[in-house]
Amino acid sequence: MTDVLVGIENLSRDFDVSKPWLNRVLENEEKKYVTAVNDVSFEIRRGETFALVGESGSGKSTIAKLIVGLIRPTGGQILFDGTNVATRGSASMRQLRSRFQMIFQDPFASLNPRWRVKDIIAEPLRTFGVAEGRAAWEKRVDELLETVGLSAKDGAKYPHEFSGGQRQRVAIARALSAQPEFIVCDEPTSALDVSVQAQILNLMRDLQDEFGLTYLFISHDLSVVRHMASRIGVLYLGRLVEVAEGKTLFRDPKHPYTKMLLDAVPDLEMTGRKRQPVEGEIPNPIDPPSGCTYHPRCRLANDRCRSEVPVLKLHGDTKAACFALEEGRS
Amino acid sequence: MSDALLSVRDLVVEFPTRKGILTAVDRVSFDISRGEVLGVVGESGAGKSMTGSAIIGLIEPPGHIAGGTISIAGQRIDNLPYEAMRRVRGKRIGMVFQDPLTSLNPIYTIAEQLIETIRTHMDLNERQARDRAIGLLDQVGIPAASRRIDDYPHQFSGGMRQRVVIALALCVEPELIIADEPTTALDVSVQSQIIDVLKRMCADHGTAIMLITHDMGVIAEAADRVVVMYAGRVAEIGAVRDVIKDAKHPYTKGLMGAIPTLMQDSDRLTQIPGTMPRLTDIPPGCAFSKRCPEAFDRCFVEQPDCRPYQGRDVACLLYDEGKPQ
Amino acid sequence: MTMDSERLKPPGLWARFFDSDIWYSFTRSKVIMAAAIVTLLIFLGALFAPLIAPHDPFDMASLYLMDSLTPPMWEAGGNPVYPLGTDDQGRDILSAILYGSRISLAVGFASVAFAAILGISLGLLAGYMGGRVDSIIMRIADVQLTFPSILIALLIDGSVRSIFGGIDREQSAFYVLVFSIGLSFWVQYARTVRSSTLVEKDKEYVQAARLIGLHPLRIMASHVLPNVMGPVLVIATINLALAIITEATLSFLGVGIPSTQPSLGTLIRIGNDFLFSGEWWIAAFPGAALAILVLAVNLLGDWLRDALNPRLR
Repeated sequence: MTDVLVGIENLSRDFDVSKPWLNRVLENEEKKYVTAVNDVSFEIRRGETFALVGESGSGKSTIAKLIVGLIRPTGGQILFDGTNVATRGSASMRQLRSRFQMIFQDPFASLNPRWRVKDIIAEPLRTFGVAEGRAAWEKRVDELLETVGLSAKDGAKYPHEFSGGQRQRVAIARALSAQPEFIVCDEPTSALDVSVQAQILNLMRDLQDEFGLTYLFISHDLSVVRHMASRIGVLYLGRLVEVAEGKTLFRDPKHPYTKMLLDAVPDLEMTGRKRQPVEGEIPNPIDPPSGCTYHPRCRLANDRCRSEVPVLKLHGDTKAACFALEEGRS
Repeated sequence: MSDALLSVRDLVVEFPTRKGILTAVDRVSFDISRGEVLGVVGESGAGKSMTGSAIIGLIEPPGHIAGGTISIAGQRIDNLPYEAMRRVRGKRIGMVFQDPLTSLNPIYTIAEQLIETIRTHMDLNERQARDRAIGLLDQVGIPAASRRIDDYPHQFSGGMRQRVVIALALCVEPELIIADEPTTALDVSVQSQIIDVLKRMCADHGTAIMLITHDMGVIAEAADRVVVMYAGRVAEIGAVRDVIKDAKHPYTKGLMGAIPTLMQDSDRLTQIPGTMPRLTDIPPGCAFSKRCPEAFDRCFVEQPDCRPYQGRDVACLLYDEGKPQ
Repeated sequence: MTMDSERLKPPGLWARFFDSDIWYSFTRSKVIMAAAIVTLLIFLGALFAPLIAPHDPFDMASLYLMDSLTPPMWEAGGNPVYPLGTDDQGRDILSAILYGSRISLAVGFASVAFAAILGISLGLLAGYMGGRVDSIIMRIADVQLTFPSILIALLIDGSVRSIFGGIDREQSAFYVLVFSIGLSFWVQYARTVRSSTLVEKDKEYVQAARLIGLHPLRIMASHVLPNVMGPVLVIATINLALAIITEATLSFLGVGIPSTQPSLGTLIRIGNDFLFSGEWWIAAFPGAALAILVLAVNLLGDWLRDALNPRLR
C-alpha cells in the first residue's frame, strides 16, 4: 500500500534575520537570511505515522507550520491528497483545511485561557459547519471529551483548571473535532511528565486505530519516535539526511549523524554499551558550513564533503544523503 | 552513616497560602557521600527542586523550612543566619541551574565572572585567579579556553554556556554541587557531553553531586544512587541499577514502564492512571494510593515510612511486616 | 478518567469572582476598600444628583440673588438651607458639586471609552498585522505623543469653534471635550495593546485559530482581545482620573463646559474669582471634591495594576 496522502517536494523556507533598515544602513550590512528548511522532499502515506527527528535548529517545527499553512514556503510545494496547499485563497482551500489539524507542543499556550473548554473544542467544528445548531455541537463536544478520556462535565471548565496532561487531551479533542484525516503533532509530549506522556502517546495510538488517522509526528526524543513512528526522517540544519522505516533506522542507522544521535540517547537499559563521545556542536544556522553541513563533526568527511552538497540516495532500504556511504568509506 | 557529606533528615518545607499550609517537601531524608552522584528524580511538583533550594537556603518566601535538619560534614546549615549561609553557599556548595543563560550575567565577560568568584572565596591575586579560571574552562572541555575566556556569555552556544556554569560552580572547589535539571534545556547530543563533564568532575575532584532531573535516562547515565520523589515525599531510595532494573515501589515501577526505550518493541506503554495530586489535596495515607494498582485498605489511611528493604529504602506498605496475606 | 468524574460542577461567575486573588487582595487592604467606597459614594451621588441634591442649581427660577455668596452653614452668616454656602448667583455649592461631578464623570467615562476603543482597535491592528500597518499606526502615535494633551484639546476646541462657529456651545462643549481628551489618550492604549498582542499572537492558541482559516479580524476580536484586556483595564482606571483632571483643567481655562451647566472645573474657575475677596468656599469645596475623587480612582488603579500583575503577587 503506497497511497500517498501528503507529498513534500523540494520544500524550502528562508527567514529574514536582518537588523532593522536603519541599523543596516549605518553599519553597512547586507540583509541576512537563515535557511530553516532547505530543499526537503518526502512523502507521508495514508494511515502511517511519519516522524521527523532533529535537534534545535533542524527546521522540524518550521516544516510542521509550512505543511498546515501557518507560514508560506519560499520554494517547493506541499501536495495534500494531490492538491497544492500553498495556493491559498481558493474556495477548495476551506474544504481542504478541515482535513488536517495540528497538536501543539505547549498545552499551556495552545488553549485560549479565556475560553471554556467546550467552546475551544467546538470552534473548528462550528467553523467548518460539521455540526449545525447548538444542541448538535454540544453533543459532539461531549462525545469528543469522552473519546479523549475526560468527562463531558469538564466542558464547562476553563483550561487553567486542568493539569498539563488533561490540557493536552483537550487539545487533541479540538484537533479531532472537525474529523480530520491528517494530524501534525509538534512535540506533543515534550512539555509533559513521563507518566503523563505515556497516557498521551497511548491515547494517540488508540485514536489512530479508531479513526484511521495519518500522523506527522515531530520530536527531538528518539525513544518516543521509536515508539510511535512507522517511518522516520532525520533532519540536520534544515536538510533531510536520512529517511527509513522505523525498525530499520534503529537497527541499522546509515548516516553518521543518525548514528551519533542514537548513540547519545541515555542508556536506560543499563546495558553498559560502549559509545563514541559526541563531537562538536550544531553550527550556527545563519552561517552554515559549506558542502555537507555535518562535515565539521564527521569523522568520515573528506574534501568532497566540504564542497559538495550530498542528496538523498537509496542505500539498501534506507535513503541517506552522505558521500561516505556512496563511496563506501564508512 | 557518619561518613555522609550531606545529610538531610526529615526535611519539611511549607508554603503558607490563603487556603492553608501547603507541604511542598514532606519528611524527606537522604545522605550524599563524598564523590557520589545522587540523582533526585520525580515529576513536576514532586518537590525535587524545592529540596535542592532548601539545602542551599534559597527557598522563596513565604516558603520556609518547617522541620528537620540539613547538615554538611556534620555541621548543621539549615538554621544558619543569612550571611553565614551565603558563605557556605559560595564556598562549600556550588550550583548549576537549568537555564545557563540566566545563571550568567550577560554584561560581564566569562573571565570577569570566574575571577570575581574565585577571588571572593580564595586568597589569590588577579593573575593566579585568571590561570585557575582558564584551567577550569579547559577541564570542562571548552576549546581554546585562554582565548575564549574574554568572551561574553551570549557568544557561547547553549552547551558551552552550561560548561561555563559548571566551571563557575567548580571555581572554589565546593564539596557539593547541586545541579538542578542541568541538561533539560539542551539537545540530546549536547546532553551526553554535559553528563560526561559532570561525571568527570565528580571523579577528578571528589565532588559530590546532587543531580535533580525529571529524566530517568540522565539518572541512568550519571547517578550512583537515586531518590525517587512523589508529591513531596520520598518513594524509594537505592542504587540506580536496583531502582531501574528492579523497582519496588509501585510508583517507580509505573514510571519505568511508562518510559519508551530504544530497545523495546511494545505497542503500548504501561501507563499510570490519573495525575499526581496537587499539593493542596494530597490524599490521606500514601500519596500514591489513589493511582496505585496494588493499594489495599491500609494505604488509604496510613502514611508509609521509608524502610530498608532488599538493599534499598522503600516507602510502601506492601513491604511492611503487617502486609495482608 | 475516574478522578475527573469526581469533580463537582464548576462554580458560577460570582462564586469564582469571590474566590479569586483579586477579590482576596481587595479585602486585605483597608486603603483600597476606603477608596472603593469613596468612589462608589461619589458615583452614586453624581448619578442620583437630581434626587438627593437639596437644590437644582440649573433651575434659574429657583435661584435667589439675595442668597448669593452665603458662607457655609457653620460660618457666621451661614444658612442651613445651603450647607456648603452659595456662589455669586446664589447657587447651592453642595448641589452644584453633585451635579458638577455628574458632568465631570460623564466626560471622564466617555473620553476614556473613546480613547480605549480607538487605542485598542489600532493597537490590535498594529500588533497583529505587523509590517507597514504597524509602522504607520505607531508613527502616528509617536507624533501624537509630541503634543501635550492640553494643547491638543485647545487646538481641537479652537478649530471646532472656528469651523462650526454658529453651533450651540452648551450642546457641543461636551462632545468637543470627549473628543479632544480621548484623542490625546489613545496612544497609551494602542502601545500597550500592541505589545501584548505581539506576545499573544505567537502563542499556539492563536495559531490553532489561524489553522482553521478564521478571518484575522475574527481572531483579533475573539481570541487576542480577551487576553490583552488586563493591562487595558488598569490604564483605563488611571486614565479616568487623568481625564477628569484634564476636563477640570480645560474648564478652568474656560474652554470646557460653560458655566451655565458647571462641571467641577468650571466651579473652581468661578470660585477662583472670589478667592481673594474672602469667599473661599466657592473654589475650595469643588476643589476638595475633585481631589478626593481623583485620589480614590488613582488608588484603585494602582491597586488594580498590582493585583493583575502576577510578578508582584
